[in-house]
Order: sequence, then structure tokens, then C-alpha cells
Amino acid sequence: MTKPLVATGHFTGCFGCHMSLLDIDERILDLVQLVEFDKSPINDIKTFNRPVDIGIIEGGVSNSENVEFLREFRKYCKILVAIGSCALTGGVPAMRNTVPLKECLQEAYLDGPTIVNGVIPNDPELPILLDRVYPCHEVVKIDYFLPGCPPSGDTLFNAIVALLKGDALALPYELVKYD
Amino acid sequence: MSKDAVTFTIDGVEVKAKPDQTIMEAADAAGIYIPRLCYHKDLLPGGHCRVCTVRVNGRPANACTFPVNSGIVVENDTEELKALRRDIIEMLFVEGNHYCPSCEASGKCELQAMAYRLELLTPQMPYAWPKRELDATHPDVYLDRDRCILCGRCVRASVQLDGKRVFGFENRGAQKRIAVDSATGMGDTDLSAKDRAASICPTGCLTIKRQGYLTPVGKRPYDKVPIGSDIEKKQAAG
Amino acid sequence: MAEDMRSLVNQTVERFGKDRHRLMDIARALHARLGYLSEETIGHTAQALGIHRVEVRDMVSFYSFFSRKKQGKTVIHLCNAVVERMKGADAVGRAFERELGIHFGETTPDDAITLHHTACIGLSDQAPSALINGIPFTNLKPEDVPGIVKAIREGEDMLNMPQAEVDSNVRRPGEVIFAPMERGAAIRKAINMTPESVINEINKGRLRGRGGAGFPTAMKWDFCRKAKGNAHYLVCNADEGEPGTFKDRAILQECPDLVFEGMTVAGYAIGAREGIMYLRGEYEYLLPSLERVLAKRRHLGLLGENICGCEGFSFNIRIQMGAGAYVCGEESALLESAEGKRGAPRDRPPFPVQKGYKGEPTSVNNVETLCCAARILDRGGEWFASMGSRDSTGTKLLSVSGDCEHPGVYELPYGITVKKLIDMVGASDAQAVQVGGPSGRCLAPKDFGRSISFEDVPTGGSVIIIGPERDLLECVRQFTEFFVEESCGWCVPCRSGTTILLKTLEKVMEGRGSRSDLANLEKLGKTVKTMSRCGLGQTAANPILTTINGFPDLYEARIKHEEYTPAFDFKKALEVGCEAAGRNLELEGIHV
Repeated sequence: MTKPLVATGHFTGCFGCHMSLLDIDERILDLVQLVEFDKSPINDIKTFNRPVDIGIIEGGVSNSENVEFLREFRKYCKILVAIGSCALTGGVPAMRNTVPLKECLQEAYLDGPTIVNGVIPNDPELPILLDRVYPCHEVVKIDYFLPGCPPSGDTLFNAIVALLKGDALALPYELVKYD
Repeated sequence: MSKDAVTFTIDGVEVKAKPDQTIMEAADAAGIYIPRLCYHKDLLPGGHCRVCTVRVNGRPANACTFPVNSGIVVENDTEELKALRRDIIEMLFVEGNHYCPSCEASGKCELQAMAYRLELLTPQMPYAWPKRELDATHPDVYLDRDRCILCGRCVRASVQLDGKRVFGFENRGAQKRIAVDSATGMGDTDLSAKDRAASICPTGCLTIKRQGYLTPVGKRPYDKVPIGSDIEKKQAAG
Repeated sequence: MAEDMRSLVNQTVERFGKDRHRLMDIARALHARLGYLSEETIGHTAQALGIHRVEVRDMVSFYSFFSRKKQGKTVIHLCNAVVERMKGADAVGRAFERELGIHFGETTPDDAITLHHTACIGLSDQAPSALINGIPFTNLKPEDVPGIVKAIREGEDMLNMPQAEVDSNVRRPGEVIFAPMERGAAIRKAINMTPESVINEINKGRLRGRGGAGFPTAMKWDFCRKAKGNAHYLVCNADEGEPGTFKDRAILQECPDLVFEGMTVAGYAIGAREGIMYLRGEYEYLLPSLERVLAKRRHLGLLGENICGCEGFSFNIRIQMGAGAYVCGEESALLESAEGKRGAPRDRPPFPVQKGYKGEPTSVNNVETLCCAARILDRGGEWFASMGSRDSTGTKLLSVSGDCEHPGVYELPYGITVKKLIDMVGASDAQAVQVGGPSGRCLAPKDFGRSISFEDVPTGGSVIIIGPERDLLECVRQFTEFFVEESCGWCVPCRSGTTILLKTLEKVMEGRGSRSDLANLEKLGKTVKTMSRCGLGQTAANPILTTINGFPDLYEARIKHEEYTPAFDFKKALEVGCEAAGRNLELEGIHV
């Protein structure tokens, strides 16, 4: 029997959720027994090679590249799990959402007190910023949410194992936290 | 219990109450927790949040103001009410700017704790991202309106507990906000950090300066047990 | 200058007896003089009344007719309610913007004219309409605008303008309201009876409240009469703000005596010495004539001490002006407002009959109800009960507007079918009929056989006809927007829920919705309905809920047949970023 495929991805955030995934310590050996990793920063596979069973994503959606990658995840993953505050709510990056993007850019690149001859970055290589930071579910359908900043290693491990076994996702009280 | 005690039921459990009590007060005394946010036992009820909505003989009513009556049938812990209350919590999250990861109220915030208790994994209603004004003019207290849920506790506490009138409301509808009794900022009011109003906020909207993040994660009030456990414990003990 | 203002404030506060309960009147007087209420004025007012600045600001900031920013000398409030927009208010609005060179919400650079939108001002039958410094302008056309602006600029008396005219527009008078009356007849009958027998006579007529809820009037009076208090109050609710309602306007124009007669009878029945008519701010233009009628009645001994020679029966009426807030039509919000506070509804119990105005037993009755009461005293409960249907006796005033040939006020016996009504008003081809305004329900043709009555389709009076060519969902959207604007903000489900309903509806209308959005609308609508504090929130989802029910195909046609579709608009989300960085999606071949 082939092992279920798992992919992971990150958008706008701090990568802390991936760190937390590694925080399951030696249980990572159990996890490797259970699944095979496809596209993921953990194994540095950069593109999807085939449809995968579970996609796990962290980070909010703040630019054109995030949108394209998130849509790709949705396309390739049977089940898509958003993890962490940024993916779920926009998180700390979304603090810019109450200030119009133009004002943010002007302050950061043109009018700030330390700027001389500033210019708003415009290299075609750079992703284009969205008007605000979006939670993942506002861009594609998300099947499961795991809150936390980051969700703890236990939360992630329990959830992934439950999903693999097809069990109901019942997390104990102390594992569901927004911070 | 005096001879004119009132008897009624909450979710089928018989509760005895004094005739002048509200459903909320009677339930608390009986060790039954009715979820609430704007209610505070030391204040007159405000009826803002509607989280304590129960069904009284089938009709929705808020427990914090509704008087007990002999024979009424109160529904509280039902799937229907849980879902309705969860909607309210979700609305509060998307109408304000609640950045839980960086908020010093995390772990002791009653809004957050209510979300946990009602098993809201994440808000999915459309976010408003309102622009809200921060008031840091007071030497000892912050007013961060991003986190305000307009529960009015500070407004009531200032009048009812502190004998002042530091806070009030301003505007209506989605523009409604907490106002302070000065033409400039909170620093020009007679608010003291020792006032009950300064520390009665259920979220991190009003916070005492230089007191943030003192309790380590894991030791904060709602890290391990759901909000309302203290009231329910009374029942277990009784 | 500052001292001038302080003395003006002091004089004004003095004029209203330094009474904190009269803060609405004080603020109105100062607003009329100064054009706006600055933080400085607010501070002086608080000081003069011996209250806190935050309390005055709390009240002032609530009402749409109070401005805290400097306004032009002339303020134009163009009505943009649903019916007004059906009749071309948008084109009139554009004409004003063009002529004045400003947008809505702005003031001309010379501080002469400010332009605002406002919710329904009770002129849907003569739309498009506007209030210019409180003076009503009706049947406006874009081509009228240059002349009006010119007249304002030249300082002409606006009352002389041909558009400054309100027709009472009573299309069909009935036997109860628009019939001839003899001043004092009902009062004289009443004072020869005990208050209990007066209530009993009303009970015989089985009179129910005309505001829409239909509470039995006799029962309300009886509760109020029996409630213990230091004083009892009678309040006439003349704050008809439900979009599409204007029947009280017609009453107050045509037969104000009947209303005051009813108030006096009610005062006698419940044991009140003071009556308050809470008149919506939009109807300020009716105030002078109403005051004249009150003066006349005082002169005739129909108001004041020992009325009609009845020893010990004293009753007076004052008119309390509102200042632009729909929610004040809700009786407990109205009482808060009459006490000089923000119009936030109260939790019940206690009900106003137990603790109302100033915490004393108060009966709040609709204008039309009080007219019915006066007529019942005059002609008897049995006569009244012989009209209408079993549970809905008497006649009902209907304000008919929208896509019909003969908009106006109709006094008809209860029980008339919607079909008969639309034939009568020249709207046989209606796509839908909104009965009871946005807070009521939207009826589809399959429901046109239903009758207007408490037992079937109740209404406070608003009947809006939506013609076959209209985009019904656009009407629903505007109704929902109205509730967003008018929510008082006290409770969460109404303050926040209405906004989310609107966003979700707009997503569906933009063609971005799916079945899950329709499910969300219904679920959220139920939450707002069940959890809200007062009638405003409890009915705010009705436009959506009743049309999902009556016109499911309209929604089906707008959604994508997928399980879930995001609201996200990639192209729109990139617009600002592209502009700021000088990027071009097409040139760079970025596919959205």
C-alpha cells in the first residue's frame, strides 16, 4: 500500500508553524512512517509532482505570488489544512490592513525619516502586493483550521494523525489557542 | 431560602431563586454557567453582547436582565444557542481588529476564552478592518480601540463603582465607539489606574501600562480551563 | 466670541429650565443657531447643565441631524430611500453635485451649502424629495436643481419655491380617521365616564396598536393605569420612520385635532397629567401648525387645568422633536430620546407601562391608534368593531408608494387583500409588494391573495410596490443598507450582523456567491433575528429572509453552482499595488 502524500507550504508569516511541525521531536519518525512528503520546504521539493492527499499551509495571503501558490495548493490537495494565526486570520502581517496600502508604501519607501531618494520597489521579479493581507479561506476553500501562533507540535501531530486515520478532529481544550 | 422563593428549571434542572433575581444571578448561584461577555457581577447589566441569550418558555431573552419567575422553562446549554452565541463571538472578532498573537490580554481575554469555550476554531465571516483610534495619552492606562467590543463595562464601572464618568459612547451603528470625558484624550480625564473602570475590560482594550505579559503562557486564567469553570465548580462542590 | 457662545449656551440651557432631560431641545436650539455643535459648544452645554461632556457628546453624536462639523448656511438633505431612488433621486443627486461642485457629505468652499443624503423623510408618494433647511421639496427633477441652487445663493425665501409643497395626498378617506370631527366631542364623552369605562369602551372596539405590533390598546392603558408611580405619562409616537410610511404625516396635516383629542382621552384613561408627542425631526415643518392647534385647544379649555370643566382633570401636551434616527420609532428608544439621551432601546421587562418616561408608568401609542381611540369614544366601540376583520377591527391607513399609478394614503377596512389593493392603486402588474416597509415582508404574486390584517399580513402602514422591471435584489440590498445605517450599535448582532449580511448579499449580487453563501445568509439572518435586542435588529434580516423564501429563483440565478466560492477578487486586490509600484499586469503577463 502506498503511503498518503503530504505537502506543506508557507505564505506571508514567520515560518514558525513549520518550526512547530518540527517540534514534534522524535514523533517525526512516526510521521515519516505514516506519510510521504511531496512539495515542502522541509525536503526542499519546489513543485507539485502529483496530486497529494493532505496540504498543510501557513501564512496569510499578501501578494500575487501567495495567491498563485495557494491556488496551486488547492488544485493539488485533496484536503487543505490552514494552520496558524496568519493563515487563519491574516495574523500579525494583517496589522497593515487598517492602513491603505498606498500610505504604507509611501511611509516605508518615500516619506520615512531615514529615506533619501526613495522609490517604491517595482522590479518585475517582485510579487505585487495585494491591497491587504487575506486569510487563506478568503482566497480558496479551506477544509480544516488549526489555530495557534504557532499551533503546538502536539496540536499538529494529533491533527495530522486524526486526518490520516479518518478520525474526527477532536482537540483537547488546552490545544486550541489563538496565540 | 425565604418562603417566597421561586422555582424554575434551566435545561431541566430545578433551580431555586430569590424573586428579585435575574436568570443570570440565579444560574450563577446554582452553579450553572450561562455564557456572557458584557455582564459583570459588580455592575448593573448592559444588555450589549447578547451572548447570554437563553430561551425562556421558548422565546429568546437575555439572562442578564430577565427576571426569574416561578415555573419558567429556561433553555441554556443547547446546540442551537451554542451556535447562535458562536455567531456573536465571530461577529465581534471580524468587526474589530483582534491580533491575538501579539495582544497582552491573550490567555485572560474573555472574548478569546468565549471563542474557545464555544469551540470557534477561527472566524470565517468577512473582516471589517476598521480604522480605530488608539489613546495613549494617559500616563498609566492604554485605550486600544482595536480590541474594543463595546461591552460598556468601563462606562458602567466608572459611574457605578468609581463615582466618576470617565467613559461614554459616541456615534451609532458600526461607527459606535468608546469616548472619554475630555476634549483631548484620556490623559485629561480624572481616570486613575486604581479605578475599577481601568481594569474591568474583558479584552485588551483598556490595559494598565507596564503590566503586560507578566503571567507566563500556561499559567494564564484560560490556558487550561474554560471560562465559566469557576461557576461550574461551585455546582460540583455543592 | 467664545464668551458670546458661552452666554448663548447658558441662555438656551436656562430656557429649558436647566433640565438635563431636555438636552435634545437644547441641542436642537443651539444647532439651529450655530449650524453645528462643536466640541466647545458641547463642553459649555455640559457645564451649564452640570453634567459631563461625554454625556452630551454621547447624545449629540447619535442623531443624523446633529453635525459636529461646521455646516453650510443652507443644508440640503436629499432623500435616498428605496422609493426615492426608484423615482430618480440619483439623477437629482448628480444634478446637485454638478451644480454645487461638491460631493455628498461636503460643503461648498464658501460655506454656503452642504449636501447630505438622508433616509426616508416620509415623502415617498411625492418622490424624489429633499429637506432644505428643514423645508420639504417634492417631486424634484434634475432640471429643477439649478433654479433651487440659484434661489439659495440669492437668499430667496425657500418657502416660495414651487417645489416646496407637500400634498397630504389622501386618496381615499375612511370613516375613522379622515371623517369630519367635532372638537372636544370625544373628551366630553370620556369625562362623563370613569377612566375604567373609557378603557372598557376601547376594549369593546378591540382596538390594536397601529404601529405594526398590534398590542391591544385597552390592555396597555389598563396596565399603565394600574402601575404605581409618582406620575403617569402618555406619549404619542409620531416618529414614523419606516421607509415608505407617510400616513402620520397626512394625519398631522389633515386632522391634528383628532390626534390631540385621542391623547387627551388617553391621558384621562391612564391618569396622566402630561402628554408628549415625539415628532420625527424630518417633520419639523409641521411643528408651527401643530403648535397653533395646541394653542387653540388650550384656549378652548380642551387642554390645561380642569379640562371641559372636569374638576381635577388636567392635561397638557408638549411636542418633543426628534433629530433623525429610525430606531427612535421603537418605543423604549423613543423614551430614551425624549429624556435627552441617545436613542438606544431598553431591555424589557420592565415595559414602558411599568417604567417608561423618567422611569414612570408610560403608555406609548401610535398617532393613528390615538385617532382611533378618540373616534371610538365619540362613536362607540361597537361601531368601530363592526369594521374590519375579527382580529383586526376598524380601518387602517396605508401609505402606498413605488411603482403604482396612484401613490398616496388610503384609509381602508382591515382585511383587504393585497390583490384588491394593488388593483385600486394601479399596480396590477406588480412583481412584488413590500408590506410593512423593510422590516415587514416582501410578498410574491402567489401571496397577493393574502389580507392586510394582524392575523395575516400586519403592517404599520408602509406598502411599497415593486414593478415588473425592477431589480428586486437591488431593493433588498438598499433595504439592508438602511438597517446598517440605522442600527443604534448597542447590541452586537444588529451592529455587526447587519453589515455582514450586506457584504454577503453583495457577494451574491456580484455573481461571486455560491450555495454556501445563501445558506450563510439564512443562518446569519436567523442569528440577527433571534439575538438582537429590539425590533430593529429582529427585523433587519427580513428583506433578505422573505425574498429568499418568496423569490428563490432570483438568488439561484446569481450564484455559481459550486459548493464554495471565495469573495476574493484578485484583479481588484492588485489595483493599488500595481498603481503604487507602476506595474502593469497585462504587460507582465500576470494572469489573474
